[in-house]
Amino acid sequence: MIRLEYVYVLAGLLFGVTAVLEFLDRDNPKRLRKTLFWGIYGATFLFGTLLPPFVTGCLVILMVLVTGWKDLGMSKVSTAAEPERRQSAMRLKDRLFIPALCIPFVTFLGTLVLPKIGIAGHPLATAGNATLVGLGLSVVVAFIVALWMFRQRFATGLHEGRRLLTAVGTVTVLPQLLAALGALFAAAGVGQVVSGLVTDFIPADAKFLVIVAFAVGMALFTMIMGNAFAAFPVMVAGVGLPLIVHKLGGDPAVMAAIGMLSGYCGTLMTPMAANFNIVPAALLELPDQNGVVKVQIPTGLILLAVNILLMYFLVFRF
Amino acid sequence: MPHLLTLIGVLVVIVGFALKVNPLLVVTVAGIATGFAGGLHPVAIVSEFGRAFTENRYMGLVWLTLPVIGLLERGGLKERAQELISRIRSATTGRVLLLYLAIRQLTATIGLTSLGGQAQMVRPLIAPMAEAAAEARFGALPDKARYLIRAHAAAVDNVGVFFGEDIFLAMGSVLLIKGVLDAYGIHLTPLHIALWAIPTAVAVFIIHSVRLMLLDRKLRRQFAGQAQHPETPVAGSLPNAGEDK
Repeated sequence: MIRLEYVYVLAGLLFGVTAVLEFLDRDNPKRLRKTLFWGIYGATFLFGTLLPPFVTGCLVILMVLVTGWKDLGMSKVSTAAEPERRQSAMRLKDRLFIPALCIPFVTFLGTLVLPKIGIAGHPLATAGNATLVGLGLSVVVAFIVALWMFRQRFATGLHEGRRLLTAVGTVTVLPQLLAALGALFAAAGVGQVVSGLVTDFIPADAKFLVIVAFAVGMALFTMIMGNAFAAFPVMVAGVGLPLIVHKLGGDPAVMAAIGMLSGYCGTLMTPMAANFNIVPAALLELPDQNGVVKVQIPTGLILLAVNILLMYFLVFRF
Repeated sequence: MPHLLTLIGVLVVIVGFALKVNPLLVVTVAGIATGFAGGLHPVAIVSEFGRAFTENRYMGLVWLTLPVIGLLERGGLKERAQELISRIRSATTGRVLLLYLAIRQLTATIGLTSLGGQAQMVRPLIAPMAEAAAEARFGALPDKARYLIRAHAAAVDNVGVFFGEDIFLAMGSVLLIKGVLDAYGIHLTPLHIALWAIPTAVAVFIIHSVRLMLLDRKLRRQFAGQAQHPETPVAGSLPNAGEDK
């Protein structure tokens, strides 16, 4: 059985290697702090399950403190120059797409196949983990194919990994930190406070206003938590079920489905959903961290209005 | 009983993000402040932080793709994608992204969410193609326009997957909805829930398609006067760390 833990170890090794390469690069500004940052991040992947949560928490806080007030900045890492890349593109032509397509294709295959085949009755991966295990497998396959096809050395692959990781920078850990913030929000009862605020403002018998409050509440709450899944149970318990379904006789399936999608409108509009909004901005090397959010806001707002109308016209009909 | 003070973390995040302080610092301070406001013990706060950080390690697995993508870029993947796109005369930025939106949303509808993604598809393929389509028409673009096109490429991936996957029965969101309602004694089939995600999915496709066409129009208005210089190489779209900055 391929445990998800092995994939985490693989990621931990990648971050660890990056730490070492950052350390060995003598001309690197803030070299020691960068080494510490990537080293700690790698350690949380390598030993995350072994360490007590309190120790991991201390490590994470130390890792954040190392990044300082204004972030660490980029490391200069060389790669092939444009004429060289153009020449390589001429030579390899469409074969270049093979390793690129390996990643989605092998991941997808893994998702389908890994839970079905097994050794001695144990499936290679559980259905819940299959996609992530498939992703881990796919990058290994794609990496080997790319090295072989482009006739590159293993070390070059690691060097390229460092180049892109440090280009993304410390934002790499932001999705996990935001998830941790969400957990603290939940532990401190932020959910009840927000749903209390929303319910306080609703006149419970005005159908349209209740729908507006529910949909806008889902979007706003999602923007705060960065995750519609965190907002959904609270808003359904506070507004969706007591008011829309029980008091006004609305259909629970319409309320729930369109309610969740109203939350997704919020996801499009918040930097708190870092893995969807901030990470791509970093991956695409946009100077404005909120560049992707800004492009998504018009679609999010228009769709939220459409959702409100859809729910209003559908929820009392079925 | 939780009270208004627990919202302090939200305030810290809004102020910190607005002032562009290092987001890692902002989020960590917000978490600790929320924990204290909620009356948690300091050790419990740090432990909860560590526990959730470890539990969400799966979010960091996307970075495993970076060595491969780096090798691909070194091998000239972007240059090849740009060359292919510039050969298709009818290709525009908006149309390239519209096609990807349709594919992304449809494949998500049947549960194939792993066929796309920001690191897997957008950075190595979709964003360079969208940029190349504009550059083949208008010549080299200023940075501002290239950043706008890239941001649109990322947005298309998100919009497609968010509003496609909810139609797939076995998806997390459908199962979460079912689980929450089950807890209140309302038993729905996943099919019933997924059905009501269709109107929104259609609506968002129309809305976002119109926006992509407007993006094309904006680019045309801004750069159409600019004659295409055949000898200008299609400028290397995504700058690599260390150059172009």
